[in-house]
Amino acid sequence: MHKAHSIKRARQHRAIMAYALVGIGALFMLTPFYFMFVFAGHTRSEIFQMPPPLWFGGHFLENMDLLLERIPFWRNVANSLYVGLMSTALTLLFCAMGGYAFAMYEFKYKKAVFALVMSTMLLPQFLGLIPTFMIMDFLGWLDQPRALYLPGAASAFGIFLMRQYIGSAIPKEIIEAARMDGCGEFRIFFSIVLPLIGPALSTLGLIAFIGSWNNFVGPLVVMQSVENYTLPLALRSLQSPVNTPWGAVMAGSAVAVLPLLVLFALSSRRLIDGLTAGAVKS
Amino acid sequence: MMKIEAGRMPAVSQNQRKVQWQRWQRRAAPWMFLTPFVVLFLCFGVFPILFSLFLSFHSWNPADGWAGMKFVGLENFSFALGDEWFWKSLWNTALLALLSGLPQHLVAIPLAYFLHTSFKRSRNLVVGAYFVPYITSTVAVTLMFTALFSTDFGVINAALLWLAKLPLVGGLFPVEAVDWIGKPAFIQPAVAFIVFWRFVGFNTVLYLAALQTIPKELYEAAEMDGAGKWQQFWHITLPLLRPMMFFGATLSVIGGLQLFDEPFVLTGGRGGADQAVLTTAMYMFRSAFEFGEYGAASAISWLLFVIIALLSWLTHKIFGQHDEAAEKGEQHA
Repeated sequence: MHKAHSIKRARQHRAIMAYALVGIGALFMLTPFYFMFVFAGHTRSEIFQMPPPLWFGGHFLENMDLLLERIPFWRNVANSLYVGLMSTALTLLFCAMGGYAFAMYEFKYKKAVFALVMSTMLLPQFLGLIPTFMIMDFLGWLDQPRALYLPGAASAFGIFLMRQYIGSAIPKEIIEAARMDGCGEFRIFFSIVLPLIGPALSTLGLIAFIGSWNNFVGPLVVMQSVENYTLPLALRSLQSPVNTPWGAVMAGSAVAVLPLLVLFALSSRRLIDGLTAGAVKS
Repeated sequence: MMKIEAGRMPAVSQNQRKVQWQRWQRRAAPWMFLTPFVVLFLCFGVFPILFSLFLSFHSWNPADGWAGMKFVGLENFSFALGDEWFWKSLWNTALLALLSGLPQHLVAIPLAYFLHTSFKRSRNLVVGAYFVPYITSTVAVTLMFTALFSTDFGVINAALLWLAKLPLVGGLFPVEAVDWIGKPAFIQPAVAFIVFWRFVGFNTVLYLAALQTIPKELYEAAEMDGAGKWQQFWHITLPLLRPMMFFGATLSVIGGLQLFDEPFVLTGGRGGADQAVLTTAMYMFRSAFEFGEYGAASAISWLLFVIIALLSWLTHKIFGQHDEAAEKGEQHA
């Protein structure tokens, strides 16, 4: 009796320890973001004092002024938005169309084309980096947003996601019935299929936008003038060996990260499921 | 009667035409739907890869224009293989991949197991906290970490010095400020930590998804046989997670060997103290865009690809073979 009691107590202790560990770990994961927002409100000399500031400061607007002195920050935000929205819109349209073709039609070379598309998902991004730069140079597209959003729209992952979803969510009978009623193939797609795949579209849309917003290597290779930089490039250009305006860097980073945190808070379940799709065979 | 009959005849042939049109449309439709994607995919997905292979056998100076491209055979490859910086970058990359990759899985598996068995209502919140680094801008957070890792006034050193003053556990921590960015021995773990921080939640989510597919009956049966929680973890959970471990390890290998953003931003694109975090991807980037060696850089990227492919295959050998053996065993039984 006494022994059983103490075993139960020991188990409870261990459970509490485990919960505490997981909770502390979760807070630990969030601390860098916390400090990003704390530092965004402090001057450079405040950030680097001992002990470092642990609470929000009142110099955010000052830091923003400093930031705007160094880089055309709002223009960079607008560039990131423009590239992100274009990339998202094109990815959604082209991948929904392509995924629909793979899911619902039988045609010659279907398996081969699909295998080719999927196999490129395994190839490292770096293989195409230099040629992409040369192609954009050849086309005269260097330093132009389309050099970022057009390659971004050819997403093999998007095709995969759309084919999976359309194949499982849309019964072939609906399509057949529409055909019997004399509905054309394009009308079937735009007025029956597209409205039915809203959830998949919003998942892929989020992934495409976030991917574009965070993309660093792509813009690093094709963008050349600071007016055309996207946010990650603009923020990095503030780094200097001697005098990095850390308060301004943190303010800019906070502005760059905040929309993502909000997006994530609103759609974390859908986003996580989408980003890990393909890991679990359905 | 006659009138109706007469009216029907042209209607039939019109119908036929309509059926023919529909049939043609149906055959052409998949290609119409695929064309926009396929055109982009060929131009910006397939062609660059083929062109990079082409480039790796040529020497090209951008200043000479397109006509200045010269076939040099395997020269670029033999140059890369004889280049000590290439080998150093490869060593750095492998070390960073291991230092960041292994802890990711060692933490993610038990964490996912615990979240799966013990968390109900607040699970999504906790998972979200671990996952959020994965979706945020690597540049923004790496800049953040640059400030946190700062030697004299950084938060991380401040925290370590505070911990060192604690009784009992204090001895585990350094009593002097660590020069994170300035010393090769410290900048490598610093970069690995940022990568670990970014991906541990992603891996946890993968393992959580795999855990959800394990039938509850297995655990119930084990409990009936008197197996404790640890025994259940060792003998049921871990073996059944093997396919996901293979998948996750492959992703970590592929991703880890392409590491670029974090070391690039942390070191201002230079590679850090003694080039200790110059990764192969960074070296390739610098070869092309700083030194103008496009052919050699392409050769480097293909060598890196071969290594990634080999390691993925090796991962498959390590994790995959057991599955095949298990499947065969089931067939025999």
